[in-house]
Amino acid sequence: MQVLAAMSGGVDSAVAAARAVEAGHDVVGVHLALNRNAGTLRTGSRGCCTVEDAMDARRVADRLGIPFYVWDFSERFQEEVVDDFLGEYAAGRTPNPCLRCNERIKFAALLDRAIGLGFDRVATGHYARVVDTASGPELHRAADWAKDQSYVLGVLTTDQLAHCMFPLADTPSKAEVRAEAERRGFTVASKPDSHDICFIPDGDTRGFLAERLGDAPGAIVERDGTVVGEHAGAHGFTVGQRRGLHLGVPSPDGRPRFVLEVKPATREVVVGPREALAVVELGGRRVSWAGERHPGLDGATSDAGLAVEVQIRAHADPVPATAFLVDDELVVRVDAPLSGVATGQSAVLYLGTRVLGQCTIDRTVAAEPAPV
Amino acid sequence: MRYLDHAATTPLRPSVLAAMADAPALANPASTHRAGQRAAALLEEARERIADALDAHPTEVVLTSGGTESTNLALQGIARVRPGALVVPDGEHHATLDTAEALAAAGREVRWVPISSTAVVDADAFAAALDGAALATALWVSNEIGTVQDVAGLAASARSAGVPMHVDAVQALGHVPVSARSLGLSSSGATTIGLSAHKVGGPVGVGVLLVARDAPIAPIVHGGGQQRGLRSGTQDVLGAHLASIAIAEAVAELEAESSRLAGMRDRVLAAGVAVPGVVATAPADARAPHIAHLALADVDAETVVFALDRLGFAVSNGSACTAGVQEPSHVLRAMGLGHLAPLRVSLGRSTTSDDVDALCAALPAAIATARAASA
Repeated sequence: MQVLAAMSGGVDSAVAAARAVEAGHDVVGVHLALNRNAGTLRTGSRGCCTVEDAMDARRVADRLGIPFYVWDFSERFQEEVVDDFLGEYAAGRTPNPCLRCNERIKFAALLDRAIGLGFDRVATGHYARVVDTASGPELHRAADWAKDQSYVLGVLTTDQLAHCMFPLADTPSKAEVRAEAERRGFTVASKPDSHDICFIPDGDTRGFLAERLGDAPGAIVERDGTVVGEHAGAHGFTVGQRRGLHLGVPSPDGRPRFVLEVKPATREVVVGPREALAVVELGGRRVSWAGERHPGLDGATSDAGLAVEVQIRAHADPVPATAFLVDDELVVRVDAPLSGVATGQSAVLYLGTRVLGQCTIDRTVAAEPAPV
Repeated sequence: MRYLDHAATTPLRPSVLAAMADAPALANPASTHRAGQRAAALLEEARERIADALDAHPTEVVLTSGGTESTNLALQGIARVRPGALVVPDGEHHATLDTAEALAAAGREVRWVPISSTAVVDADAFAAALDGAALATALWVSNEIGTVQDVAGLAASARSAGVPMHVDAVQALGHVPVSARSLGLSSSGATTIGLSAHKVGGPVGVGVLLVARDAPIAPIVHGGGQQRGLRSGTQDVLGAHLASIAIAEAVAELEAESSRLAGMRDRVLAAGVAVPGVVATAPADARAPHIAHLALADVDAETVVFALDRLGFAVSNGSACTAGVQEPSHVLRAMGLGHLAPLRVSLGRSTTSDDVDALCAALPAAIATARAASA
């Protein structure tokens, strides 16, 4: 097959490309330049897309003896990922930019270009498995659940999955990937993992948002409207967040308070006790199916939903739930109340190791009604 | 792989490779012992060979590390001596643009001169910008577009305004006759002319700045005072020797070679413009013989080059890269064609008619593929 290997300059995509070459494919390496104002040098483990990262990727391609190119997707990335990220926070939601990048850039803009140029697959260093079945490709968790990235790939559709290749799928651990990189003589073998959000290299998401969305100072209020503090900008607060509230007024019962809701219209951040975070239901209208839509959802109702597991954040544990469709909305009821469900995140449905699909969460139903 | 990117760099000439293999052990040409004298003799012989090929005097030949250093020495060196503005056309090479911008950042005024939709410098605007200027500069042959500039005319207008003029002849060398005398190399004509050996089959790392005897210029690198005190540092005897062989050969074969290349260039342009949405950019009466430059609608620049690379052709977008990312061409933008994707096919002495036939045959499908793959 003709395979286009997306190479970030990190160790995972390097080993993924090497395995694609070893499997006998005709491989071409491509580094995506996503940041128009990319720095020259990496700082610590943060950030990506620096000139140094592109060079790291190039040196791996040199060792593999494959052609290598840098493709500029910075404009698309700005529009589809960064602007979306800002818009979501401005609307009081908590976006996942990695998932958006997979949905719109890596497995859309890049994949479309690759197919147009005659490639069969795009290979990446994601930890996830594509399983080909009679009814088409399915997406499954990686063998190493600790590194599993199926959550951020949950947005991929059948068509996209049909053109994906994840050579690290069956690797039992990240340590093994590093050892393999070492064995292959890649200079990136001991390069630190990248963390956080690639376009916020200093890790200061709040500062990044304030700079671009402007200051939006407002009140921090209890559910009954009592003002308990103030904040410099509502952007960047996430449902379930406890730290960084700097509340002057202690709660009546002396227990910690958590962010329950962000209201961009009034610039209010609503806080309350941990119990108030618990939700029993969530729903979203931006739905996608990884592979064919599971037949169990046909005719599923609120009384008789499909038994699934749902994962609501990249590093959350999946929890038992039932799912059903109401018109074009995917509704998920969790079996036990679940905390820290933020709108803007994806709710990814699993059946065992298999990803069924996902929706972007746009509403939740609390377990207990707010006190009046 | 068919190499059609000679404007980027050229393969070493066999004569240069042979001279490299035959190179004797060399002393420092500044040393007074006989070994040093032998090195100095080889160096000065090279300088004379270069001067001879360029219709210059050996004293005027200052050897540098390449075209970029030559440009920096000319612009910064003259700016050190003369106050006033820099007159710089849009669409110059990055060595010129970035040097001008660095001087601007240090407080120097830069007067940008517009270029036409075919990359021809607006001569009237150029003349009008000269009043009280420290220096003016112009690219003889555009490294991207291949437009041949009337540098003699621009130099004449600088001369009458009493403004020193630098001519960047890097892409002109070997393709249009470069004569220091006909450009009036002195403070009463072009003051400096920059060249690079690797564009004509010489080694990378050797450049020339022809400097008029009475040029108002100060060094930008300080040290042992070599080369009229303008360019300190131990002189590269072997580099100069190899560069002189390449330059002399390129100039000697210019007439025959430029008509051969121009014929092939026209075939590439014809094949290009036969594809809908593709235009030739350089003016028909002022195209360098070795550069066929096309501008394409509805396609990503890097995708065209990629598609041709997959088919075995090494071509270019012609503009600078950062981290391997193609910058949008500032020249196309200045020409009012910033919405189009540039494609530069550049020919040289190793290019055969067969290469050009193959490219012409592959071009329509490659463009179609690239268009299909572009967002």
